[in-house]
Amino acid sequence: MAWKRFMEHRIGMIGLTVILFNLFLAFAAPWIATQDPLKIEPKNIASPPSKANFFGTDGLGRDIFSRVIYGSRISLIVSLLSVLAAMVPGVILGSMAGYFGRWVDIIIMRFMDAVMSFPAILLAIGIIAVRGGSLYNVVIALSVVYTPVFYRITRGSVLSLKEKAFVEAAMASGNTPSTIIARHILPNCMAPIIVQITVSLAYAIIAEASLSFLGLGAPPPAPSWGNILSDARDFMMDAPWMTVFPGIAITLSVVGFNMFGDALRDVLDPRLK
Amino acid sequence: MDIVLNIKDLKTFFFTREGVAKAVNGVNLCLERSKILGLVGESGCGKSVTALSILRIVPHPGKIVSGEIFLNDVDLLKLSMEEMRQIRGNRISMIFQEPMVSLNPAFTIGNQLIEALRVHRRVTKAEARNLAIEMLRMVEIPAPERRIKEFPHQLSGGMRQRAMIAEALLLKPEILIADEPTTALDVTIQAQVLDIMYRLTQEMKTAIILITHNLGLVAEWAQYVVVLYASKVMEEGPVEAIFENAKHPYTQGLLRSIPTPTQGRRQNSEKLHEIKGVVPSLYDVPRGCTFHPRCLSCKAICSQEEPPWVTISPGHRLACWLFV
Repeated sequence: MAWKRFMEHRIGMIGLTVILFNLFLAFAAPWIATQDPLKIEPKNIASPPSKANFFGTDGLGRDIFSRVIYGSRISLIVSLLSVLAAMVPGVILGSMAGYFGRWVDIIIMRFMDAVMSFPAILLAIGIIAVRGGSLYNVVIALSVVYTPVFYRITRGSVLSLKEKAFVEAAMASGNTPSTIIARHILPNCMAPIIVQITVSLAYAIIAEASLSFLGLGAPPPAPSWGNILSDARDFMMDAPWMTVFPGIAITLSVVGFNMFGDALRDVLDPRLK
Repeated sequence: MDIVLNIKDLKTFFFTREGVAKAVNGVNLCLERSKILGLVGESGCGKSVTALSILRIVPHPGKIVSGEIFLNDVDLLKLSMEEMRQIRGNRISMIFQEPMVSLNPAFTIGNQLIEALRVHRRVTKAEARNLAIEMLRMVEIPAPERRIKEFPHQLSGGMRQRAMIAEALLLKPEILIADEPTTALDVTIQAQVLDIMYRLTQEMKTAIILITHNLGLVAEWAQYVVVLYASKVMEEGPVEAIFENAKHPYTQGLLRSIPTPTQGRRQNSEKLHEIKGVVPSLYDVPRGCTFHPRCLSCKAICSQEEPPWVTISPGHRLACWLFV
């Protein structure tokens, strides 16, 4: 039913198409890329888009088209993993805080407040500064940053669902708290969580690109949208294609996830119709 | 007498920022096997909190302060949380006020019945499914094999309440607490639902605590009536004694407040009676008899001291200074 309504949501379908296209590029990168994204060609530095190099080449003569295609792998994997790694603890802690309330809630809430009091990117930079720059650490840093978001959403929905009669009925029929949370509460607050996942994915893509741009993400030869942009910085005036194409890639995927997320919100939340 | 549930001097208080709200203040109840006890009173008099106290699921900041609740010979208030969990839904079931929201919207009816069964009994999914279908047939839901696959929103109100009854009676509990089971239903469906409930509990020898403010229901179905007012029992007794020979001014007032279809229509009929005043705040219960500020026969002593229990006839007792 929800799916049918989603099909009729034009913006949502555009978003979904963009996301699927993005996923396809990431999966099929080796077949789509025309050249080795790491191959340096000293004779072919900073050449504009042509038949051989669709998006032109960068300052080291590497093919930007292939780098952007391969870069989508890193962007998607990092953002998916970090959102997943943020969602699991966020939802678990949020449902515990919402369901048990009182001191459980107070302790978890203080901790989340502490995390939220730092600007997201600064906190991520701090964590990477401590642990060293690698994709693995980017995932950890981003998951720490996004955990409170899922925590807050889950806690809020659990708080309102806890007052519902069917939860009281579940208590009265002798269910354990874990069964009540897993079977009666969480299935009913999936809608806001799903919406939050898609929106967070968009943010995570930007965050990953920002960190890579600052040299804190994927270590240099590996292509990621952020470090392609970063490499292109010095040539921006003379060779705009170096910045334009990875920029378009970032924009497209972020807009795609946001459109998809907004559509899901419209479809899953009856109050906003 | 075969007594299944015996509540002695139950006190459940809510400790809020505004103070202590005494929601249940010294309630005594005695429930016989396969009988129906009507628990009546105005909103906020402690009916539902009494029910939640029996199952020990009083929400925070409520606490059972003192008292004893005997299920046969076991004091429920002395059991561990795990032992108590074994009793909920198994030996004592509850049906809630609103059937519309008492079923989980995310799962099918069958799924919920099967889960409820598997919380307490070791049965396979297939066995549970058969039992669930059987139970739905017993509560007269047509085509249970089809209904079992449907979600709560696909059923009508009466159907949902019958599904709730099926879920509550699935494990053949000794006690069924029905908290305003028919308030949200059509009058015509009310009778049907209560009839089903009555027949099934008679077969299973289940006792019912029927919580309601509908005195008509109580007169028709209950054998024993307990009248609550501001967290205390005012009068209790067999249904005939209460309806034909009510002594307590509050009970009398309640009985006169029942509207009849002809009220106010005929020329000579009087206006519907009302009990003047409002239910006292639970934070600030009047001294002496809690009903005295609204009582028409109030005496000097009523505002000073709590009335003692007086027995009028076997089983018919009340707390009122007028009869001391």
